[in-house]
Amino acid sequence: MVVPPHPDGAVIEAPSRPAVSLSLEHIVKRFGTVVALSDATLRARPGTVHALLGANGAGKSTLMNIAFGLLRPDGGTTLLDGKSTTLTSPRAAIAAGIGMVHQHFTIVPAMTVAENVALGRRGPYHADVSRERVRMIGAQTGLALDPDARAGSLPIGLQQRLEIVKALAVGARVLILDEPTAVLAPAEVVDLLAALKRLANDGGTIILITHRLPEALAVADDVTVLRDGVTTWSGPAADSTQESLAAAMLGTAEPVDGEKARSGAAQSGPPRIVANGVTLEDDRGVQRIRGATLEVRSGEILGIAAIEGSGQHELLLALAGRLPPAAGTLTLPTRIGLVPADRQRQALVLDFTLFENVALRGAGAARGRIGWRSVENHAEDLLRSYAIRARDAWEAADSLSGGNQQRLVVARELDGDPQAFIADNPTRGLDIAATAAVHAHLRAARDAGAAVVLYSSDLDEVLALADRIVVLHAGEAREVPANRELVGRAMLGAT
Amino acid sequence: MRRLARAGVVLAALLLGVLLLGAALGAAGYDAPRALRALWNGSLGSSYALTSSTLVRMVPLALTGLAVALAFRAGVWNIGADGQLLVGAACAMAVGLGTTGFPGSLSLTLALIAGAVGGGAWAWIAAVLRTRFHVFEVITTIMLNFIALDLVAYLVRGPLQEPTHAYPQTVALREAARMPRLLPNSRLHAGLLIAVLAALVIWWVLRTTATGFRIRTAGSNPEAARVAGQIDVVRLTHRALVSSGALAGLAGAIEVTGVTFALYEDISPGYGYTAIAVALLAGLDPLGVLGAAFLFAALESGALAMQREAGVPSVVVAVVEGALILFALVVARPGHRAWMARSRPQRAVNRTAESRS
Repeated sequence: MVVPPHPDGAVIEAPSRPAVSLSLEHIVKRFGTVVALSDATLRARPGTVHALLGANGAGKSTLMNIAFGLLRPDGGTTLLDGKSTTLTSPRAAIAAGIGMVHQHFTIVPAMTVAENVALGRRGPYHADVSRERVRMIGAQTGLALDPDARAGSLPIGLQQRLEIVKALAVGARVLILDEPTAVLAPAEVVDLLAALKRLANDGGTIILITHRLPEALAVADDVTVLRDGVTTWSGPAADSTQESLAAAMLGTAEPVDGEKARSGAAQSGPPRIVANGVTLEDDRGVQRIRGATLEVRSGEILGIAAIEGSGQHELLLALAGRLPPAAGTLTLPTRIGLVPADRQRQALVLDFTLFENVALRGAGAARGRIGWRSVENHAEDLLRSYAIRARDAWEAADSLSGGNQQRLVVARELDGDPQAFIADNPTRGLDIAATAAVHAHLRAARDAGAAVVLYSSDLDEVLALADRIVVLHAGEAREVPANRELVGRAMLGAT
Repeated sequence: MRRLARAGVVLAALLLGVLLLGAALGAAGYDAPRALRALWNGSLGSSYALTSSTLVRMVPLALTGLAVALAFRAGVWNIGADGQLLVGAACAMAVGLGTTGFPGSLSLTLALIAGAVGGGAWAWIAAVLRTRFHVFEVITTIMLNFIALDLVAYLVRGPLQEPTHAYPQTVALREAARMPRLLPNSRLHAGLLIAVLAALVIWWVLRTTATGFRIRTAGSNPEAARVAGQIDVVRLTHRALVSSGALAGLAGAIEVTGVTFALYEDISPGYGYTAIAVALLAGLDPLGVLGAAFLFAALESGALAMQREAGVPSVVVAVVEGALILFALVVARPGHRAWMARSRPQRAVNRTAESRS
């Protein structure tokens, strides 16, 4: 089914290799004091597509990185074709016939497809042999590529296909794909899943990491579900439903009463943010949000619930006026505060002083001279009122702890009573006290009449704070009642 | 103040470098004391050397150094100051020679403006390639250096060649249209004032204005500038690169109107490349650029004297310059630290002391 490596490059044939199984038994993996995997088991049978499901942080990628030799497990065994194996490096994994397609591609854009496929091989490069290999794999698997196309000029779907072909070209019989559909357009997803199915029918073993339930059920023969580093479900796809898988992924925590969190007095007012059929593209031109229609009213917190890669970051940037829509209309107020997803990269200039970072908000529209003295005094006021632990406003932002950096961002963005406040994972990495402080600020902004939009990768945080909830799945937005089970299933695309 | 501390480090490194140079020359069989004496006499040792050689050489180094520092502060890697200088010189010469009917000072002014516009336009090519087509400016600005050199070579053999067609150069600029002299019996010209003024203006803009703040932000963290600052980083860096080219072009215009008075191929001994070293040694600080440009100008002036008087190849001074840059880069981190953090005022520290007690 696949072309074995030919160091001399002379002969090209495709003897069928025996299919292999890969079993990971009771894997344990710790990072310092954090237990990423405590009892993870996955048994991939030859000739099948095996879906590995789990919410964010469930340990899917960690487990697969162990299977590919990138990480060493602290416990448990890896069985390849029933034989206990220790994979010390990706090189060893590749030699054992395991290939992995990462979320971030590893192709060389300036090289042709054939050259990329030849990379990592020993011995001289024979262009004709490599081209022929690409054509051969295409003919056998349906993963056709033009061997002479420049890799960087291929659309995303074909770049991913090239990654798969690369793995097959070095003899992969077990192929691990880490959330391959997250970057693809819907039509490309259909092509990919069909190709994976064909590879499995030809005797390959495919492990597909995903958190989209319909996809998993459409293509997988077997399903394994991880939650918090433990295998919570494992068995044939035919025996599972979207409901049972969602329950296995999310658990059955106590339902959180969204109303309980409300301070009471605030009533939602007129709409401040109105999005009508908004379509958004990321900086590579890939569509991330399709035709989103929603409104956010003054005095309410709109919670956004989504699994990673659903387009939430693009949506929040657009609602904050930082990303113009590719289609549709977006009505925004003038004063918008934004806590972006990555505070160190998107919110702060780490080698600037604290007051320069305060001046960063609105810097794009500032004119003439900046009154640094008054900015400094203002920054000192913010440091005091938000209890930011810093020596003074002259300190560089990178000398602050993560929690204090986040407080500074929140303080800056809430400054001047914004009409809208957009927060992307505002408590990520914060301790309990800092988290509580951010929550209090979000509620206070809401009660002061701001239209607040909150996304958190922690579903329970969204449920606790939000007055209404919009779920994003595969680029589509829809409002869902604030009920943990309903929201959870909508996030995973269950219908 | 950090700026003074940095200057101290650089001077210590200089002293060390010169001592090393002397030792190396001695070991190689040269008359080291004589060579070092020539180095001193040719740079700072006499008022003539100082005003007619070192300070004259400092002007193009300072202006191109400022050009590089401004671009680097904005996060644009302009390696093309030399080409921008050449194009600026060519434009200035064309205008200077083409306005013979004008009063001299007007002709000079137009020539300087033409130089800045020409250098800016040359950098604009790289800026457009960067913003529209995502071509890395390090490549394009270097390539444009070679094209500029060929352009000047063509001009001085074609449209701008002197009438006898014997030499690859233009005719000399008439005296009235030249840069005024600052001192009698010296080659020092008013370009020095322009360079100092440019440094002060850039320093002031970066430090106090919203535009300067945007430039520093875009250079330090373009992503935060875009997301948190809502700064149009693409447009900003485009303009910074064009402005940088204009400064380098101005350097070329001043060189032909103040020093060479004619255009020929080798009017620049690589000023635009040395400018990168000047800017880095200065930590991308516009006022520091003046000091670093003076230092490099003195070293190179002295090196020429050393070659004349002691037979030592002038390139050995490149060893001192290289050692200087390496030392300065290692000891004092250049550039991208916040402007303000360098000059935390005493009162802020005192306030902290009070609040802690």
